[in-house]
Amino acid sequence: MQKTQNISDVERGVTAVAGGLLTIYGISKRSPLGLLAAAAGGWLIVRGASGYCPMTAAIGASGEDAQNPIWHRKIHVHHAITVQRQRSEVYNFWRNFENLPQFMRHLKSVRDLGDNRSHWVANAPAGQSVEWDAVITDERLDELIAWRSLEGSQVPNRGIVRFQDAPGGRGTEIRVELEYEPPAGVIGAGIAKLFGEEPKGQVADDLRRFRSIMETGEVLTTDGQPSDRVRQAKGYFGVKLFGPGLADDGESKVSVR
Amino acid sequence: MKAVCWVGKHNVQVEEVPDPKILNRGDCILKVTSTAICGSDLHLYDGLIPSMMPGDILGHEFMGEVMEVGPDVKKLKVGDRVVVPFPISCGKCFHCTRQEFSLCDNGNPNGATTQKMYGHSPGGIYGYSHLMGGYDGGQAEFVRVPFADVGPLKVPSELKDEQVLFLTDVFPTGYMAAEACGIEPGDTVAVWGCGPVGQFAIRSALMLGAERVIAIDREPERLRMATEAGPEGRVEIMNFESTNVVEDLIERTGGRGPDRCIDAVGSEALGHGAGAVLDWAKMIARLQTDRPNVLRQAITACRKGGTISIPGEYTMIIDSINFGAAFNKGLTFKMGQTHLHRYLRPLLDRIMAGEIDPSFVITHRAPLRDAPKMYETFKHKRDECIKVVLNPAA
Repeated sequence: MQKTQNISDVERGVTAVAGGLLTIYGISKRSPLGLLAAAAGGWLIVRGASGYCPMTAAIGASGEDAQNPIWHRKIHVHHAITVQRQRSEVYNFWRNFENLPQFMRHLKSVRDLGDNRSHWVANAPAGQSVEWDAVITDERLDELIAWRSLEGSQVPNRGIVRFQDAPGGRGTEIRVELEYEPPAGVIGAGIAKLFGEEPKGQVADDLRRFRSIMETGEVLTTDGQPSDRVRQAKGYFGVKLFGPGLADDGESKVSVR
Repeated sequence: MKAVCWVGKHNVQVEEVPDPKILNRGDCILKVTSTAICGSDLHLYDGLIPSMMPGDILGHEFMGEVMEVGPDVKKLKVGDRVVVPFPISCGKCFHCTRQEFSLCDNGNPNGATTQKMYGHSPGGIYGYSHLMGGYDGGQAEFVRVPFADVGPLKVPSELKDEQVLFLTDVFPTGYMAAEACGIEPGDTVAVWGCGPVGQFAIRSALMLGAERVIAIDREPERLRMATEAGPEGRVEIMNFESTNVVEDLIERTGGRGPDRCIDAVGSEALGHGAGAVLDWAKMIARLQTDRPNVLRQAITACRKGGTISIPGEYTMIIDSINFGAAFNKGLTFKMGQTHLHRYLRPLLDRIMAGEIDPSFVITHRAPLRDAPKMYETFKHKRDECIKVVLNPAA
């Protein structure tokens, strides 16, 4: 099947060049990470040369907005996970939206306003935050919860989560879909950045934390370990590969280490 | 406190670092009394495992005394003497409830990244890269132990550290490898690699009823230790440098091939011949990350319908595996990180019953501060080094 172009010509050029550089860097690095970098570089070259990006397709951006800058794109992600708990228990935890920031890393807080309405505060880069009000649009006990932001939100968004028994007593299957429409401008770019680099990975991470809370009551963290502190003190070179955990306050959740 | 930190490839240093703290409600803090360097630590030392960061504290084989417990810990109290299984497992997820502890769903806080590489993420491992959770390890004076009610096992005071320390990894790892073989009466088991895991695999295979074990290595002291595993005639040795391993194995088994093959070497196999040279070249060119020379030999030598059990670690991509041979010979493959918690109690019982004293494998004892030198010694198998135990108090 012919894959149509779904990224802009400018992005194609940039992608191909970046891919070439990454491949050269990866090969010269002579390490397993270098190998991964080279593989990623190769993928970028293909993406640039073909003008088709499966990931762009996966996040719901198609040909029609291919010529727009990234922050105009709608971010659509979906993910599934199985949790070893009764369906009603899992449903009830999620239905209390005030619990969501415990596992959704981009959220700072959610406050229940009653009457199916809630107030959401999300982190944005550089210590900023964005806020909106949401309303539950559909709800079926132990089966489904759907919500969307109210008219006039800075970041129009909606979500739906479905609950289903897994076969053979394997707990509860949860399927989540989230959609964000970041506006143009700084805040939109910030939101896009929070999700845009890897929205699927972000949701996968969130749902792993959700499962851990449901199954064990906590999410293991490694923040505050001796090695973490010694690295900071010594200024060791090295990128922190993974974001900070729940032990941090909201500010540091979006800090770039 | 003092801790063995990974600084870079072939560079570990003993550094002064802050003491660990309780970070989760189910944590405990141990004062480490004994810790060992594992063969798999050499994969980190050699820079083969991705996502290591300078300053990471190494070590997943350790035991000690409980100094502090988190608010949710019920089974342990301050002063308890425990051994700690190397996988970090919650005890409650799908896999833990099936006793597949190393596959724990909740033990790896970086699992979302790991699952991009593997499809799914295994649990966490102490001191074993950020892909395996980024936990600080136990080659240190103190260590934090998450899920303290699930992993650590109290050990009786009459047993010395050296007798129980290897319950943390190499003894159960060798045992699980032998158990996974499904040994039947009359079976010949070939074991590639006579390092600590191989030594325990050999002894476990005999415990589980193998008629004969053929131990493959090239280091005389390792082969000698292998022959001491059982009575005369039950353990044969084979030096892979002076023979064609596959032909020799098939001949020694009357043309049938070994019934069960254990690869206790994994991704950094040595070896001779075209395959081994090709593997080195490909690794240098970064066309593969692992050298599967042992696996190739095992697939070719193994009896039709036999089992290949792999306790030796593989990290990523291997190349030129004759999968058609494996398929058409109807082989069974068993592999994975050890489901350690499953074996702690039964193997402690075997030690207490006097069936085995795991301390036989120790060749080097040193204070923690000598760790950099001991990594070097162990890596190059200098001074007949087979297993190093470090003492943080010395």
